[in-house]
Amino acid sequence: MVKKKIKLRDVILSILAAGVFCALLAYYQYDTGTSHSYAISILERSAIYAVVAVSMNLLNGFTGLFSLGQAGFMAIGAYTTGILTIPVNMRQSVYYMNGIAPWLENLHLPMIPALLLGGLFAAAAAALVGIPVLRLKSDYLAIATLGFAEIIRALLAAPMMNTITNGSFGLNNIPGFQNIFQPMAIAAVCIVLMILLINSSYGRAFKAIREDDIAAEAMGINLFRHKELAFVISSFFTGVGGGMLAIFMRSIDTKTFQVTLTYNILLIVVLGGIGSVTGSIIGSLLINGSQEWLRFLDEPTTVPVLSSLFKPGFRMVIYSILLMVVVLFWRRGIMGTNEFTWDGLFGLFRRKKKTKKAGGEA
Amino acid sequence: MSASTLAQHFLTGISLGGAYALIAIGYTMVYGILRLINFAHGDLFMMSGYFMIFAMASFPWFIALPVTLIGTVILGVVIEKAAYAPLRSAPRMSIMISAIGVSYLLQNLATYLFTALPKTYPEISFLKKIYKFGDLSASLVTLITPVLTIVLVFLLMQLIGHTKLGMAMRAVSKDTEASRLMGIKVNTTISMTFVIGSLLAGVGSVLYFTDRMTVYPYSGSLPGLKCFVAAVLGGIGSIPGAVIGGFLIGIVETLMVAFGYSTFSDAFTFLLLIIILLVRPTGLFGEAATDKV
Repeated sequence: MVKKKIKLRDVILSILAAGVFCALLAYYQYDTGTSHSYAISILERSAIYAVVAVSMNLLNGFTGLFSLGQAGFMAIGAYTTGILTIPVNMRQSVYYMNGIAPWLENLHLPMIPALLLGGLFAAAAAALVGIPVLRLKSDYLAIATLGFAEIIRALLAAPMMNTITNGSFGLNNIPGFQNIFQPMAIAAVCIVLMILLINSSYGRAFKAIREDDIAAEAMGINLFRHKELAFVISSFFTGVGGGMLAIFMRSIDTKTFQVTLTYNILLIVVLGGIGSVTGSIIGSLLINGSQEWLRFLDEPTTVPVLSSLFKPGFRMVIYSILLMVVVLFWRRGIMGTNEFTWDGLFGLFRRKKKTKKAGGEA
Repeated sequence: MSASTLAQHFLTGISLGGAYALIAIGYTMVYGILRLINFAHGDLFMMSGYFMIFAMASFPWFIALPVTLIGTVILGVVIEKAAYAPLRSAPRMSIMISAIGVSYLLQNLATYLFTALPKTYPEISFLKKIYKFGDLSASLVTLITPVLTIVLVFLLMQLIGHTKLGMAMRAVSKDTEASRLMGIKVNTTISMTFVIGSLLAGVGSVLYFTDRMTVYPYSGSLPGLKCFVAAVLGGIGSIPGAVIGGFLIGIVETLMVAFGYSTFSDAFTFLLLIIILLVRPTGLFGEAATDKV
């Protein structure tokens, strides 16, 4: 493989873009004059969903394993993080119905170790689940992982777990992020790690498995080991994403982690382009941003024709139609399997100009 | 637990299993012909529940029933034409995402149109009439369900075994390209498969919801997945297999609830699925070999 030379221009542009972005975050964080809580919550949610979407992409897009177990692994991460970060003096009030298990009562971890532990638990669960399930292919794998997510959800809500997970009452009083930089930094680290993995020799092995598993095996790639590796790593980051979601939402219960959550993430991945990391990030921003931008769809309006159309739930209908349109007519999504590059961005403008010129001549 | 209580639960389980069996047939037929898990089938079943509510609001039951069934069939065929037919030559992952998309769309559409609150399912009074046999008591619907299921399955087996349409279906499911070359209209055959599957889902929906009393937008998703498990258990592609799988899942689920493990009854179904896929991927009656798993 020819190593591409990194252009100085691209480095400068990237640093500039990152700087502008940080400045924007700092502005949102420290400008207390006007309330930016909407913007902050959109950005934080986007970052969290981006982590989960990229990790789903690592499996579905890069390794070709169609897994629908995301919600279950997120639940593991979220519950681990939630249980360990609730302040010790709050625990009696959180577990007021069933009491808390004695060994857990004083067990408390700061946010980052708790997130890591959440990811590790999710990864461990994935390692166990992966041994039987990864022998299955395509749609059978999808339905088996979907089943596992439901099993995990049932276990978390089971009455026997009451003193640990607080059963069906859920957890609350989870301390939130202190500032907007925390979730952004964690998300950035997670995504960069996954990009490094994808560009490593392991990543190339994953892509080989996606393209043709028999050929990959013939080239000496151990199929099971690599599938298991992709599954475990993806689940680790899904778990971290779930933990971040718990911190973001501050209260969770098992209903948060239904199949719909997986479908939402699938929508992001499909929209952004299956097999593109930057696509997933853009998809996450668009979907979470439109949660707010399209809020008017759920509210009554006075426009005569639309007034009967706009009522709660219309936004979700639009989302699902969007998913169908992307799948049916625009299968490559926003980015296809390409990644964002500065060349690509400039090329986009240039191409537009060219087509305009061509249109003018004709 | 006394023998009569056990028998009572068994009866409930058989009735639930009958409804499951009818839905499982839809999964197994579509999988047999398209190699697609029709994720939207469970939601079609839920929509059929809503159709019945609205049909019963304006018609007596003997008109409402056919109206519901026709509505379900139309919806099923529209789904096939709009979401699956354009993707015939696409990779399998795309068509599966499309199926998930339809399921997501139907759930959100139902939430939007009918709100997320459960709606009361209309009662057809003679179906709810209680019959007593010694210690056992059962409503007519509980008794009708298994009988109706078996009659319908018998008719379906005759259709598939002894008519031209049935032969075409078998041919398409064996080899799509070859059957096209032999002059079989593949698209019509696939549509007919969806007609039959949807019709049975409609019947199953009436039987299931008459017992459950309420319909809400997500009431199709979990039963749908369970019926898929039933189809896999019986051996995907096999109609008697789907029926037996449906009855088994229904009975096991009812017994688990009866013994107080209701939290785990759903989890158990999925555990069963995973065990079958690992130990005997062809299910109880499935055709051996091929690249299914």
